[in-house]
Amino acid sequence: MSERKQILKIRDLSVSFHTANGLVRAVRGLNMDVYKGETVAIVGESGSGKSVTVKEVMGIHTPNEVIEGGSIAFTYDSGSGEKTVDLLTISPHFMQNQLKGKHIAMVFQDPMTSLDPTMTIGKQLMEGMMLHLHLSRKEAAGRAVELLQMVGISDPEKRLKNYPHQLSGGMRQRVVIAIALSCDPDLLICDEPTTALDVTIQARILQLIMDLQKKFNISVIFITHNLGVVAKVADYVNVMYAGKIIETGRTEDVFFDPRHPYTWGLLSSMPDLSGNKEDRLYTIQGNPPNLLNEIKGDAFAPRNPYALEIDFEEEPPMFKINSHHQAATWLLDPRSPKVEMPDQLRRRIEIMKREDASNGGN
Amino acid sequence: MKKYVLKRAAISVITVFVILFLLFMLLNLMPGSPFNNQEKLSPEQIQQMKEFYGLDKPVLQRFFIYLWNMLHGDFGVSYNIQVNMPISDMVFSRLGVTLAIGLQAGILGTLIGLMLGIVAALHRRTVWDSLTTVISVLGVSLPSFVFALLLSYFLGFKYRLFPLLYNSAMPLVSTVLPTIALSMFTIASVARYTRTEMISVMASDYMMLAESKGLPRTKLIVSHVLRNTMISVITVLVPLLVNLMTGSLVVEKAFSVPGLGSLYITAIQSNDYNVVLAISFIYSVMFIAAMLLVDILYGIIDPRIRLAKE
Amino acid sequence: MDDSKFCLCTKEHTEEAEKEYANNSYAKEALYHFVANKGAVISVFVIVIIILLAIIAPILSPYSYKDVQSQFSNLPPRIPGLEQLGVFNGCRDGVNVYAQKSALNQYHFFGTDNLGRDIWTRVWCGTRISLLIAGAAVLIDVFIGVIYGLVSGYFGGKTDIIMQRITEVLSSLPQLVIVTLMLVVMKPGLTNIIIALMITGWINMSRIVRAQVLKYKNQEFVLAARTLGVSNRGIIFKEILPNTLGQIIITFMFSIPNAIFLEAFLAFVGLGVPAPIASLGSMINDGYKSAMTYPYMVMAPVVVLALLMLGFNLFSDGLRDAIDPQMKQT
Repeated sequence: MSERKQILKIRDLSVSFHTANGLVRAVRGLNMDVYKGETVAIVGESGSGKSVTVKEVMGIHTPNEVIEGGSIAFTYDSGSGEKTVDLLTISPHFMQNQLKGKHIAMVFQDPMTSLDPTMTIGKQLMEGMMLHLHLSRKEAAGRAVELLQMVGISDPEKRLKNYPHQLSGGMRQRVVIAIALSCDPDLLICDEPTTALDVTIQARILQLIMDLQKKFNISVIFITHNLGVVAKVADYVNVMYAGKIIETGRTEDVFFDPRHPYTWGLLSSMPDLSGNKEDRLYTIQGNPPNLLNEIKGDAFAPRNPYALEIDFEEEPPMFKINSHHQAATWLLDPRSPKVEMPDQLRRRIEIMKREDASNGGN
Repeated sequence: MKKYVLKRAAISVITVFVILFLLFMLLNLMPGSPFNNQEKLSPEQIQQMKEFYGLDKPVLQRFFIYLWNMLHGDFGVSYNIQVNMPISDMVFSRLGVTLAIGLQAGILGTLIGLMLGIVAALHRRTVWDSLTTVISVLGVSLPSFVFALLLSYFLGFKYRLFPLLYNSAMPLVSTVLPTIALSMFTIASVARYTRTEMISVMASDYMMLAESKGLPRTKLIVSHVLRNTMISVITVLVPLLVNLMTGSLVVEKAFSVPGLGSLYITAIQSNDYNVVLAISFIYSVMFIAAMLLVDILYGIIDPRIRLAKE
Repeated sequence: MDDSKFCLCTKEHTEEAEKEYANNSYAKEALYHFVANKGAVISVFVIVIIILLAIIAPILSPYSYKDVQSQFSNLPPRIPGLEQLGVFNGCRDGVNVYAQKSALNQYHFFGTDNLGRDIWTRVWCGTRISLLIAGAAVLIDVFIGVIYGLVSGYFGGKTDIIMQRITEVLSSLPQLVIVTLMLVVMKPGLTNIIIALMITGWINMSRIVRAQVLKYKNQEFVLAARTLGVSNRGIIFKEILPNTLGQIIITFMFSIPNAIFLEAFLAFVGLGVPAPIASLGSMINDGYKSAMTYPYMVMAPVVVLALLMLGFNLFSDGLRDAIDPQMKQT
């Protein structure tokens, strides 16, 4: 394996929101790395801060938001050599005119609402290309046809003149992906791109994203709460809980050797076709903590059946398991009692491993 | 699109017919006779007059006669204001000034309202925004006669910049104050609606996507925000046109403008039923025509309607 | 660090997380948003003060709204206390009109009209009438509109189609034309004005209620109630109505200033309550004729009307933003 090139490095990111009830601490000291040509997934329940994190990367700010600290270093090829900027300190103007669309692109959650209803597909596709790639209208139209073909839309010349309401949800999401890829970005952010779609279409859109990612060797940040999706697309997984990453590692590490009790919970609660029907579907007790309150110790402790006394007092650091696998739980401290993952989950992982091996370990 | 327009137009024609029928019945089923000084008339005289005006026939028959005449431009004659004067003459001589004031106020109000709304939405939480909020709350809350009063007291009476009352010798200058008074509500509503609508467009998912393409702000606003805002603003223009009508009655009375509105008020006060009927009908037709126009306009600019089921 | 802390926790900690969400109730949130809106809070005070004055002022006043005292006509405003400061001192063009008309023992806070009637008393009596007309018309509107909307939306099908055609035709008549015609036919009077306002006022309410019903009628909790065998009436009143209440209240509050305005409009075109009864609209109509010579005659009712309209509009705005934050769209 050649040297991995880091293109995104998030350190200690903290973001809060002013609300009627007080300050909500949505992201609390988040670290994350993205390397060139790799897909990184962020998994977590709704409200865990996944979307907030990527919106900071994308420079989408709301008036009631406060960035309390941290840095987001983004490395890109500016045309005149490699350049690294801190996305939190550059001017909004630079973000808007130099990075967005050109180097960082995004695919949004709901394709039904994310296209301008009053503009043709073609115009929406060509806008960005004419601006960033300095193409003429004709060249842009030609490239738009290619792009639509690439994302699997038949009869692209005709589709260019269509309005969004004339297309199905799956088609619209393909258009959104085409728009995102139109200017060859370095980083593609996908915010739950398949959640709003039918199950049958979900798989095809996922496949499309994976194919295009390989073809153009771009980096992808993939947000989802669906572990099935993660297993399919991601090289690296970040498990997020209450504004923090609590376990991170290569996909096989997190799936086959999970260490954090929350990850155990997530994996156990995943519905599974091959599983034993007598097993009851596992649910994680309780609700995520209210981020309006000061969180003491480990945020997951109140819901954790394996909680230690220390979990309620001291926040666990990241414990290193191997060179890229880390988890934030006191259970990894040498002083803690030895706690193993639940048997049911262990059996499940055995089955997954076997399936994985029979699929050629891919 | 053609089908859509035809369907809309057909519905409008039917509505006009139903409304004419309702108005006619309402005014004709009321007790008494339409003649003002009936106490002084003998029963024979009243009978004679009824025969002269064709009021002795059954209501339904009278309605069809009225409809037939109306289709030929004959709205009957006035009973009281100017006895036996054809109403069509009375109306058409007054329509001009009413339409002039209404159109001026409508255009002025829409333009200023749009400007205020757009500026406020683009500069939220600034002085401009607060100013727009104050103007729109005042404009929506205060009836047009309040503005008419203030304008005529200060600009007309104290500083004598404009004629206090309508002066047929200088028709253009005379319409300035009525136009301003009448446009206040339009300014306020358009500004208010534009602001809210534009803010919601700017917060929409598709704007987030458009922004993520890295387009410069001016381009985003011109090609995405304004276009979508305009489409929704057109929907509120209908109630505003109606309000211009209500307002024109008040404003014409306040400034003694010899228009349709003041004729309507005179007719109401002197119980001149034929005139009331004719003007009520004209108002209704204008209203329905305005709604039809907006529907068609909407069809032209909104692709979701234009391209629906072709 | 204390090594003894590294043992499995046995204490029950789960409820802590549960109760943390409980204290932000909907009502509390709505109240918080409303109180945070300065305009809305001020408007509440303005409305309350105007209503109190409308109730109390005519009782305490030594004058009656219909007492004609032609020898004391056209007196300018004079208020005890303030007259020392040089305002409201009963002077016109530097001459004390009260002394001129040997009425120095009288205090007319807002002056008198051309028949010598006390405007202060008349304005507050007029406010009573205006509020009464608006209140009655709007209450009846709510009643009719809510029932109409509920029935039309809930039963759907042919019932809905017929009921919707009726409202369509009614709403393609300008409200002004209907109200005017009704009064031309029925002759103006307190009851007739209320009836005329009522005839068109309910349409908007029925539309909003219908839309709400359509939104709720196929939701799970309604289906559940139906499966449990709850009657139609039970579903409409116990399941659907409470959910549409917020919208109903907002629409109700917005129709009050509209009704006040329509009443004033009618009075202004000469279809107001008959003399000697006064409403704000009829007083403005009377005062308008002499507005340039005696501006105070028209100013008093205009200011009260303006404050009422502003008050109700701001109050409704605040209420809407508090009850239904989505409608605010910020």
